Amino acid sequence: MIEQKNIKKSEKIDKIPLKKPKKINEFLYFALRNNKLKVGLVVVLFFLLLAFIGPLLTHYKWDAYIGPFSQSPSSEYWFGTTVFGQDVYTQFVQGLRATFLVGAIGGGLATIIGLIIGFTAGYRGGMVDEGLNMITNIILVIPTFALLLIIAAYLKVRGIMTESIFIGFTAWPWAARAVRAQTFSLRSRDFVDLARLSGVKPLKIIFTEIAPNMMSYLLMTLILQFGGAILIAATLDFIGLGPTNAISLGLMMNYAVLWGALQFGVWWWFIPPGFAIMAIVGSLYIMNVGLDEVFNPKLREM
Amino acid sequence: MSLKVKNLKAYYQTLSGDVKALDGATFTIKDGEIMGLAGESGCGKTTLGHSLICLCPPMKFIEGSVKLDDEELPIWDMDKMNTFRFKKISIIPQYAMNAMNPTRKIGKMTSELLESRRISFKTTLPELKRRLDLVELSYDVLNMYPIELSGGMKQRMVMVISTLLNPSLLIADEITSALDVSTQKAVSEMLVEFRDRKIVKSMIVITHDISILYQIADSILVMYAGKLTEKAPTDVIIHSARHPYTKLLISSLPKVGVRYAEKKLKGIPGNTPLLLNPPVGCRFRERCPVAFGKCMEEPPFIEIKKDHFVACWKEFRKNA
Amino acid sequence: MRRYFGRKIVIYISTFFLAVSIDWAIPRFMPGNPILNLLTRVASRAEASEYMYTYYTRAFGLDMPIWKQYLNFWIALFHGDLGTSVFMFPQKVSAIIMRAVPYDVFLLVPAILLSFYAGNKFGAFAARTRWLDNTILPLGYLLTATPYMWLGILLAWSLGIVAGIFPIAGAYGFNLAPSFSWVFIASLLKHWFLPFTSLFLVGFGGWAIGMRNMIIYELEADYSHYLEALGAPRQLVRRYAFRNAILPQITGLALQLGVIVAGALVTEVVFSYPGIGWLILAAIQNQDYFLIQGCFLFIIIMVLLANFTIDIIYIIVDPRTRMGMQGGSA
Repeated sequence: MIEQKNIKKSEKIDKIPLKKPKKINEFLYFALRNNKLKVGLVVVLFFLLLAFIGPLLTHYKWDAYIGPFSQSPSSEYWFGTTVFGQDVYTQFVQGLRATFLVGAIGGGLATIIGLIIGFTAGYRGGMVDEGLNMITNIILVIPTFALLLIIAAYLKVRGIMTESIFIGFTAWPWAARAVRAQTFSLRSRDFVDLARLSGVKPLKIIFTEIAPNMMSYLLMTLILQFGGAILIAATLDFIGLGPTNAISLGLMMNYAVLWGALQFGVWWWFIPPGFAIMAIVGSLYIMNVGLDEVFNPKLREM
Repeated sequence: MSLKVKNLKAYYQTLSGDVKALDGATFTIKDGEIMGLAGESGCGKTTLGHSLICLCPPMKFIEGSVKLDDEELPIWDMDKMNTFRFKKISIIPQYAMNAMNPTRKIGKMTSELLESRRISFKTTLPELKRRLDLVELSYDVLNMYPIELSGGMKQRMVMVISTLLNPSLLIADEITSALDVSTQKAVSEMLVEFRDRKIVKSMIVITHDISILYQIADSILVMYAGKLTEKAPTDVIIHSARHPYTKLLISSLPKVGVRYAEKKLKGIPGNTPLLLNPPVGCRFRERCPVAFGKCMEEPPFIEIKKDHFVACWKEFRKNA
Repeated sequence: MRRYFGRKIVIYISTFFLAVSIDWAIPRFMPGNPILNLLTRVASRAEASEYMYTYYTRAFGLDMPIWKQYLNFWIALFHGDLGTSVFMFPQKVSAIIMRAVPYDVFLLVPAILLSFYAGNKFGAFAARTRWLDNTILPLGYLLTATPYMWLGILLAWSLGIVAGIFPIAGAYGFNLAPSFSWVFIASLLKHWFLPFTSLFLVGFGGWAIGMRNMIIYELEADYSHYLEALGAPRQLVRRYAFRNAILPQITGLALQLGVIVAGALVTEVVFSYPGIGWLILAAIQNQDYFLIQGCFLFIIIMVLLANFTIDIIYIIVDPRTRMGMQGGSA
């Protein structure tokens, strides 16, 4: 047994100043070098730009009959006209706006709800966790699409907001699960224990220790939810349960199929909207993979 | 059998450059010799062990030659090395507890492994059973999943599997680190017994725990920062080491019967150098209590007495 | 194992209750009165309307107190009675649904099984070399990001209309009647091919991506390194990695069922394929609440059953779950 008197003052552990790891700079370095991230981001930004500026380049309304039926793309009508003589380009860019809106609101809402529920479940554990977990599992199992179908079917008037909110409220289990798993793993890490032992208040622990480590994960979850919301919205719109007073990419495809664009060969009405969705969501997914590589050193290519 | 390693160099590729983890190892192991490989974390001992059997990315081969039983080992060629792996040279890895496929019954996995190496499981089975007796595992384990075994049992099972084909050289990588003291003793003794029964010809036992080596090793090789510092028979290392690092290492071991109220447990102040850009000359010189001018030049690993190799200018002077 | 199943069963039963209750509740608390809607189509004189209103209300059981309606709903459910369709009056909902089910099974089962098998095998294959990986990865992500209906539309338009190879509506030729003749079967298959391919391709992309990620993880595991150190051929290491990587994929399948069902619904709409999806759309367009309800209920039950089946399969396939339940021996 080492007796206390032998520990001289000079042997007290020196206060080694902890260097705050320059995480942001390290991430930026890898981010700028990651091809998947760059390509994905460029594509998404391109469409976003198009959604912003596109409608400014046209003076038509999406549902106005402005020209001859079923014109193929020309210099006058850039994306051609629909079976009814509406401008496809206008519909497309307006639809892009709607799509991005739904993705942002629906995806954002789902992430927030998922974050709250997942984090509470992960952090508190015990009965709270069991209960929340059960709710999450139930909603996961229910084919929420069928549910959305029914609810939307009964509402006479639907707007983009309503659609987004519905999607947000049914898509959150995925985010909740992911957040809960991450919280669990972070909660038992040493630095959190250290903070707790030092008497830091729980709320402060959450914000200063856990949150920064979750940021990367949250960003990736948000991107996934964004893409997912776009897909769900497009599918709902296609069945005819989309917004009743606006146009979206899914609705374009719905009208196209409904009014015989297939049979009449009016391909410029249904190919662009679906292509845009595939490009945007696909790029979001690829961006996500790139982000994963940036945040997770083990995955980085040599 | 004998192992002759000459100037073996293996670096790790990283984005910031090459980490010179193993920078010129030259030594010999005789038939039936158990050589301990000791040193601090990051000194290169695991790199050395792995380079002999599986030099895979991100490790890259720089230069050197390895001869096992006078046969050159093509360690830079992953495919050609396969003829030697398991049969001539084998390893008990550091992660032995997780080394078995969790979703396969142990017996099934062993038989599939053997069959894939063109060895009949049926003919090997009686020998396998004898080995299980040796390590005191019941035959039932062959029908169990790894999750059903305790840590110590998994360790012993991996020992059996790795030595099943009587390799000439066995590399045991930190196999006692995760065990409690009594199990450490049992496992170490098992290693010696493998050698005594000629199941394994020679062994390299990698560990940072010199006290284990004192019990079972015939000779000890001490590494520091990717370089070899001293190699000698065990009691020479323990009682009459020459290299300053080895001396400090030995003296920092707690000794039975000494109360540390009277004596202070000495450590070695300082940190190991980063191997991305290792210091010029002797890599220990910044922590060495007896460093002097000549140490700016890298000391060679020279045999100063029979079977006693050292890399230290101070010691060369003494001998000269 | 008992606890595991016990927990699962509680979830399934609660889900069932919740879903059925939601299903029952929505029409009753939504704006609009189904009977009135029915009557507006049958425009008639005032007294006749009123009489018909009372008749139909009673026929559909809407005059009873709410709790009684709820109870009756459950009782009828256990008798297999899902009500009577409004727009296909007086056919029973269950009968209508049963007619549509075989088409869904014919479409979904091969699509799910084949895309799961092919996708996973392909994903494992893609993880072999960096070059393969870099080309396959973006393709896979694009495929899985493709909206089901758009792929369906593309296939319908390119192979159906432009190339004229495949028909794009119905389950079989309009001039044919179901029989065991070659003509009929050929027509059936021709009509089936495009919707099936559409579902298959999107699913394929998703599974390929998932498996590629899982396999990389398994190839980096300790047991893989051990096998390599002992000189095991790559085939063995890959085989073990694949078998271990498939496990989370099976769990993933259970979670994806909702998405796959949505995809099938929408594909049927594109191809006018007379499955449940097409039925739901028709029901919505005709505001046939009882048919909608019945379809939804049916989907829920099928999804729950499928989930349960997958849970059982998972237990059989992953020995760790069985061990974990019984506790390991020390």
